[in-house]
This record gives sequence, structure tokens and C-alpha cells, in this order.
Amino acid sequence: MAEHCAVVGIGQTKHRESRRDLSIPGLVREAALLALQDADMTWKDIDSIVIGTAPDMFEGVMMPELWLSDALGAAGRPIFRVHTAGSVGGSTAVVASHLVQAGVHEKVLTLAFEKQSESNAMWALSPAVPFQPQLVAGAGGYFAPLIRSYIRRANAHPDTGCMVAVKDREHGRLNPNAHLHLDQSLEQVKASPMLWDPIRYSETCPSSDGAVAMVLVSDKHADRVKNPAWVKGTSVRTERTFFAGRDQVNPAAGRLCAKDVYDQAGITNPLKDIDCAEIYVPFSWFEPMWLENLGFAEEGEGWKMTMEGKTKLGGEMPWNMSGGVMCTNPIGASGMLRFAEAARQVRGTAEKHQVDGAKVAVGHAYGGGSQFFAMWIVGSER
Amino acid sequence: MSEILSAPYVLEYTYTRSTGPVVGRFLEGLRYEVLEGVKTADGRVLCPPLEYDEEGEPTTGEFIQLRPSGTVKSWSWVEQPRKGHPFDRPFAWALVQIDGADNAMVHAVDAGDAKSMKTGMRVRLRWAREKNGTILDIEGFEPISSFVPSPVRLDFEVKPGKHYSAYLRGLEQGKIIGGRDPESDKVYVPPRASDPVTGNPTSEYVEVADVGVLTTFTVIRIPFEGQKLKPPYCFGAIVLDGAHMPIYHLISGVPYDEIRMGMRVRAKWKPREEWVTSLENILYFEPTGEPDVPFELYKEHL
Repeated sequence: MAEHCAVVGIGQTKHRESRRDLSIPGLVREAALLALQDADMTWKDIDSIVIGTAPDMFEGVMMPELWLSDALGAAGRPIFRVHTAGSVGGSTAVVASHLVQAGVHEKVLTLAFEKQSESNAMWALSPAVPFQPQLVAGAGGYFAPLIRSYIRRANAHPDTGCMVAVKDREHGRLNPNAHLHLDQSLEQVKASPMLWDPIRYSETCPSSDGAVAMVLVSDKHADRVKNPAWVKGTSVRTERTFFAGRDQVNPAAGRLCAKDVYDQAGITNPLKDIDCAEIYVPFSWFEPMWLENLGFAEEGEGWKMTMEGKTKLGGEMPWNMSGGVMCTNPIGASGMLRFAEAARQVRGTAEKHQVDGAKVAVGHAYGGGSQFFAMWIVGSER
Repeated sequence: MSEILSAPYVLEYTYTRSTGPVVGRFLEGLRYEVLEGVKTADGRVLCPPLEYDEEGEPTTGEFIQLRPSGTVKSWSWVEQPRKGHPFDRPFAWALVQIDGADNAMVHAVDAGDAKSMKTGMRVRLRWAREKNGTILDIEGFEPISSFVPSPVRLDFEVKPGKHYSAYLRGLEQGKIIGGRDPESDKVYVPPRASDPVTGNPTSEYVEVADVGVLTTFTVIRIPFEGQKLKPPYCFGAIVLDGAHMPIYHLISGVPYDEIRMGMRVRAKWKPREEWVTSLENILYFEPTGEPDVPFELYKEHL
């Protein structure tokens, strides 16, 4: 790569079940202005804009990047849209960082959003198409059998998913921007209704409205702020949803994505070389599954790290310090929120959910039927 | 027979009111769907207008046209309307502060349900169809929602393609057709234009059994928009004998708490005369009663 890329501005909205106070243009602008302010910049400083959103059916808006260009100061500037289902927030930030690293643009505004209250994701995920039996009930219906497979394969403790929910909600209470601020005991989570057996209500993410934005710049602009987050590695990998021999519990694309990004950042042992991680966990059981998929634990051992409390703030390897997707899920923005939280950690600006002395952090997103993966590693040192 | 006499009596008369220059102008405006307030000497705007304000001062006679919307300052729900009420369905009496006015107007809010009422809510004025220069020219107020409906509709003709059509034609005959990739020897159900691993068409059609192993499953207990089945119901991944990919279908004919991974299951078909080009020819899969398949033998499909 020709240029180093640094994150110098981060902004996010307050996430809620419904931001009915704002239109979609108003929502993205709120996040973008906060990121510009954080970077000590104005619209005039920006060279290009890279925006990510969930599939069109989620909001019923075709080509939202054109509709939103005025709200994002894009007149006379390039604006690109990235489109990789639930992982889109992550891959959008990756594309933006590549524009900087390639020397195409020096100052890029990247953002992602979702206004779930204007639509119905369950409907969008479960259309009744001719010739196809309609069985799968939304994302939970798709992932529940995979979680059952994981539990059987790893012989996991049945409380693991509930433990993740309790931990992430505890973290979310420290994050004023989080949608959910819940004080939930293990007993309360276990007693919540079973929706898609073995997934309980309290083991699922909420539906949120929200947006997040970042300003990414090349070396020569990085000294605008005293604490930039340096992009040490980026990777995107995909695989098909269905093929014979596919391992859906521990997908190859996720393993390849992790290996690629670790190689770029010089990470040989994630547990040792990484200080904290923001990982896309929309259903609580994906924490142990991704602990294994991303090389933080041996196969079949991920659930033990959760049960031993190692993924809590203050633990050996904090995961989802912000409360994660389990507390805030504006789908299109959820991946970038992970990437942004990783950057906040190494900038030392994560306030009450800051990991002391975090120098290297990983952000992660996945989407579709566990087919699209995006990751980045950010560090406090160039 | 009572010694006390009694007879019904109605006291009724229509008076003629002089409305005066201020209220009269206001009411005349309502006929034309014009909503006006009057200015007071100290610069406030009153709607409905008064000739004399609460300080006893005459208002200025200067009128200001107002936007026909406002905010509910206080309200009381009427569950059972009475004769003479503005609506024959439940409604709220409310104090509505018209935008740009400093006082509030008593009028009815047609909110449908007490749950929709909230102090501070935004309402818009609804004009009566027939007007006669009274306050009832305003039929009432209705809640303002910050949402507009935005319907989206696309009409498609779905063509499932050559390989999927072969599969559907098979189902019409009570057969489950898979496609074999000659290179990898893997059988896909349904057949595909390409095996995602090798890129070859799975062009060699083979019939697979309607019996297989349930590898994993979920019990759906959540209702959602567009759902065809009523929860709870179980669906699972079934690797049919002779296939290398699971199909997804309903599992039934057994209590939910007895459904297990590794269970052998068989298709329960609809009566032959109801067969069409659909997997719905199979109502569900049910246990065969055979012993469960050991985990080692199906774990590669998880």
C-alpha cells in the first residue's frame, strides 16, 4: 500500500427503536456532522463519500446514495455505495480505507445507516416466492439450526448464550448511545420466551434506528487529531450460502478473512496480540462460534472463554465493549459500529467502556447466510 | 293510580345571537376554511378570538391567519358519547393550542382510541363538509403522524429455470430429483446450474429417497409479517439418502420435545390427486421409527 490510513473522526447517533424525530437524510447527517466535528473538519474538507446500507428491501429505497447525496455534502464529489448484506458496515469502511491507501483520495467520509422502524426486516427476509416453500422465519429461523449444530459439535454448556446476553447488556449500560440499557440477570435471560428454539428472546439483538460515520485520512492529514487510529489491516471474504460440505458453524470465509487481516497486521496469536474486539454477534451464541472461527479459541473451546468471563470488560479478552449488536442493531450500520468501536478503543475515547491501555483492536462484521465477512485491525501506533 | 300528576315537557327555543365584530369575523372565516386569531393589546394572539381578553382589555381587531394545526394541552376521554356530542364514537375533549396562538380552544379530537391521546401530541384541524358559520364548521381535530405511508410493489413472473423445473416436475410425480456433478460426485437437491465448488452443472439427474436423517432443526414460536404457518412449528435440515446437501422442511407427527438430531425421518406426502409442482406435495417429515444415526455419520453436514 502506498499510503497509511488513519481514522481521525468518529460519530454516531443515539440509537433507538424509532428515531421518528429524524428523516433518513437527517439521521445520516447527524452521524456525519459528529464525525466531521470530531475530525475538526467541515464538508469542504472531504474528497469523497463511501456509504453502506442493508439490502434495498429493508427500507424500500432504491439507490439511497443518490437520494442522500445532498444531505452528505456530496454535490461535486464522488459518492459510492457498498452492498454486502449485514456485513456492509464493515466492508464499507474497508472500501473507504482502500481509497486512502491507494492514494485516490486523501480525506474520505464513510458512513452506514438503517432505519428499521420504517420497514420490517422479518418481512424482507422471508418473502413467499412461487415454487419455494416459505419456512424460514427471519434471520433467527435461519441461524437457530446452526446454533443447535454448534452446541452439539462443541458439547457447549447450555447457558453460554444466556451468559453472552447478560455480559453484552452489562456493557451496553456503559454506552450512552446504545439502544438497549437493560439490567438483566442470568435467571431473567433464561426465563425469557423461546422464539426460535434454542434462541430465546433475550438472546437476540433489537431492531434499531441509527447511523455511524468515520473520517479516514492519509498520513499527511493524520496530525489533525492527537490520537488517530491507524488501519493495520483490512480484509473481506465471501462464500456461497449452500454447497455440499459447507461448514456453516465455522465458515471457511470467516477463517480466511481472519487469517488475511492478522497476516497484514503481524498478528500471530490473537489472544496475545490483540487487546480487545468488537465482533458482530446478533444472536448471543455467535460469540463462542466466532471466538473459534476467528482463532481466539481452539475449535470446540470458544464457549469456555465466555463461561469463564474472559470476554467481559476487565477480562483477558474483552469482546463487544460497546454492548455490541446485542444492544444496538441498525442493520446497515451494525458492522461499521463494530469498526468504529475498535477505533475508539485504540484512540482512548471509548469513555466508560474503554479497555485500559488498548493499543490494538479488531472490528468484525458478517452478513447474509454467514457468507460475507469483513474485518479490520486498528492500532494506536502507525 | 297515583294521586301525584306528571306530564313530559320540553322547553326549547332558537335564539338569534349577535356575534359582534370579533367572534363574528372568526365564525364567518370558518365558512371559507380560514382560521384566524386576534391580537391583544399586549401582542398576544387569541384563537378562538375574544372581544375582550382576560385582563378586561378590548382586543385590537387585528386578525392573523393561522395554520390549522396545533398541540393538545390537556384532554379527557369520552368512551360513551352522548346525544349532542360531536361524534357518535369514542373521542376526546381537548384543549388545543393552535400553532401561533397563545391560548387554547376546547374541541373534540377524533383519535379512535384513548391510547392514541397524549398531552403534547400534535393534531390537525378537520373541516366539516357542511358549514353554517358556527364552531362546528370545525368537525374536530385528528392526530398528526410524522409518518407517511410509502407503498412499494414490484410484479414479477418467476421462472425457476431448467434444473429447478426438472426438480418440480419430479415432485409432481412424487419423486425427489437431485443433480449429480460428475466431477465431485456430489448430489444436490434440487439440481443446480452449477455446483458452487466445481462450477460444473449438476446435470446428471438422479432420484433420491424420501427418507433421510434430520441433522439439525429449530422450533419456530414467533409470529411475523407474511407468515403462512401458525407457530409453533418445527423445521429442520434433512439429508435425504443419496443426497449430499440438506433440504429444509417441516418436522411433525411427533411431539416437539421428542425431536432429535440424527433422527431418521420420512416424507409424509399429500394424497396423489393433490400433487402439483411444489415441495408442498410433502406435508412434513415424520420419524420412521428406525434407530437414530450416530453423530459421526452426519456431523459433516452440520
